Amino acid sequence: MVISIASGKGGTGKTLVATSLALALSGKSKVQLLDCDVEEPNAHIFLHSTINQSQPVFLPIPKVDETKCTYCGKCAEVCAYNAIAVVKEKVLIFPELCHGCGACSYLCPESAITEEGKEIGIVERGNSGNIDFIQGKLNIGEIAAPHLIKKVKRYIEPTSEVIIDVSPGTSCPVVEAVKDSDFCLLVTEPTPFGLNDLSLAVEVTRKLGIPCGVVINRDEAGDEKVERYCHEQDIPILLKIPLDREIAELYSKGIPLIEGIPAWRNSFLELFQEIQQNVSASQVAK
Amino acid sequence: MKEIVVLSGKGGTGKTSIVASFAALAQSKVLADCDVDAADLYLLLQPQVQEEKEFWSGQVAFIDKEKCIECEICQDICRFGAIENYVVDPISCEGCSFCYQVCPVDAITMRESMVGHWFISDTSYGALVHARLGIAEENSGKLVALVRQNAKLIAEKQNLDYIISDGPPGIGCPVISSLSGASLALLVTEPTLSGIHDLERVIAVCRHFGIPTLVCINKYDINEENTHQIENYCYKEGIEVAAKIPFDNVVTEAIVHGLPVVEYSEGKLTQEIRSLWQYIACALE
Repeated sequence: MVISIASGKGGTGKTLVATSLALALSGKSKVQLLDCDVEEPNAHIFLHSTINQSQPVFLPIPKVDETKCTYCGKCAEVCAYNAIAVVKEKVLIFPELCHGCGACSYLCPESAITEEGKEIGIVERGNSGNIDFIQGKLNIGEIAAPHLIKKVKRYIEPTSEVIIDVSPGTSCPVVEAVKDSDFCLLVTEPTPFGLNDLSLAVEVTRKLGIPCGVVINRDEAGDEKVERYCHEQDIPILLKIPLDREIAELYSKGIPLIEGIPAWRNSFLELFQEIQQNVSASQVAK
Repeated sequence: MKEIVVLSGKGGTGKTSIVASFAALAQSKVLADCDVDAADLYLLLQPQVQEEKEFWSGQVAFIDKEKCIECEICQDICRFGAIENYVVDPISCEGCSFCYQVCPVDAITMRESMVGHWFISDTSYGALVHARLGIAEENSGKLVALVRQNAKLIAEKQNLDYIISDGPPGIGCPVISSLSGASLALLVTEPTLSGIHDLERVIAVCRHFGIPTLVCINKYDINEENTHQIENYCYKEGIEVAAKIPFDNVVTEAIVHGLPVVEYSEGKLTQEIRSLWQYIACALE
């Protein structure tokens, strides 16, 4: 089963939930944790994973052989991103705008365009105890997060329980990380910010047709509106984590919740069971 | 006119609460919410929308079943895996139009899509430019650029001193779009190992784009050892720590009441945010 952990709003506790859930399951089944928050991957801080494989990820960028080029302008005409321009007898390439679609090299009538890889980040794989840990790390100044996320997700093994830590927001990197998962766990906090961003994240899961459930973190710090929203929308609240200084301190030191306070282990195992039940119920409904 | 963008790398460190407070403290400014995926600033500034505009951007391929001869060329060349059984998945399609170019029977058209809205609003603290990206849409970077551009137009027209932007989390496309060419980036961090790790990455982005940077440590008393570590790191990097703000649940209470925290409470936290704003105003002189 693939469970993605998202939130809309940042800083609600996605990584806290992802790491504790992975650790709780790791004694019982094969577990993979994929950190798909490639802009700011943090799960490694909690898992102290040893990395033993590192693979750079490249985006194919056009390269023009000016001895073959006739400056006809076809490449610039077909590029939807304005990443290539032909000015008199010069071809200008703007790698930061290129999506690597390959149209220019395929359609060049003189076959003057080849592609060369531009490194946009790396995928690292290692382990933390029994957990198979994979993370993507986007290079500074790069924008192609979704491309890197796709590469991280290639490591998914269908026989494992797979936990995906997702970035905040609701746009392309979130969609790329969440899509094709069996369940999406949305971590929120009981404030108007938490509610606003939760409702956006719920829309994403609905658009993707993925069942979702909610974890309320820092419970009782704010108001009741998140709970009311979940009841109205018929979204199960699967776990509540209280606003608690000890939990915040553990987090600040990079200590997973279920290691700092082992009593939480059972809560996370129950959370997993509830997710399983929700997934089977939604498969029946389909 | 100076443009201040508030960023953090890690989400949930308090960017929006600080920007809303600056809205109440600064004179002569326009506000911009550049976190277009999960825009929350409006919840504290209670805007009255004056202008609402559609954001059309990006194209999506569409295959006409009547014309399609199922030759599979489009499926083979699409690098985004967006075409399966001669149907385009609009979520995966990146609008490159490669398929449209190569289709031998012209069965593919590219259709513009409306992917969000943007607004110019009045608030009791001045004008606010904000936006709402459609669910699961792309091009957040372009929408951010549009928000900034319009905030700048307002600042120029009204001869305002500051543009204050609430930035998105992360270091990717919308962050770069919020940051390029700004006068100053204020990085709000928290003394957690995740906060420190993410701060280092966003500092590197600011440096990459040559933007002057200040750091603010929020909830500094949650882990004072980590706070020292951040201070040492910033010292080594030659970046000033402009403020250390204590943890106080009044921040959450203010959010629940829909007010900037400096308007809600007169405690120590409010004093710290006031002196932070003074520090920034001086730094920009």
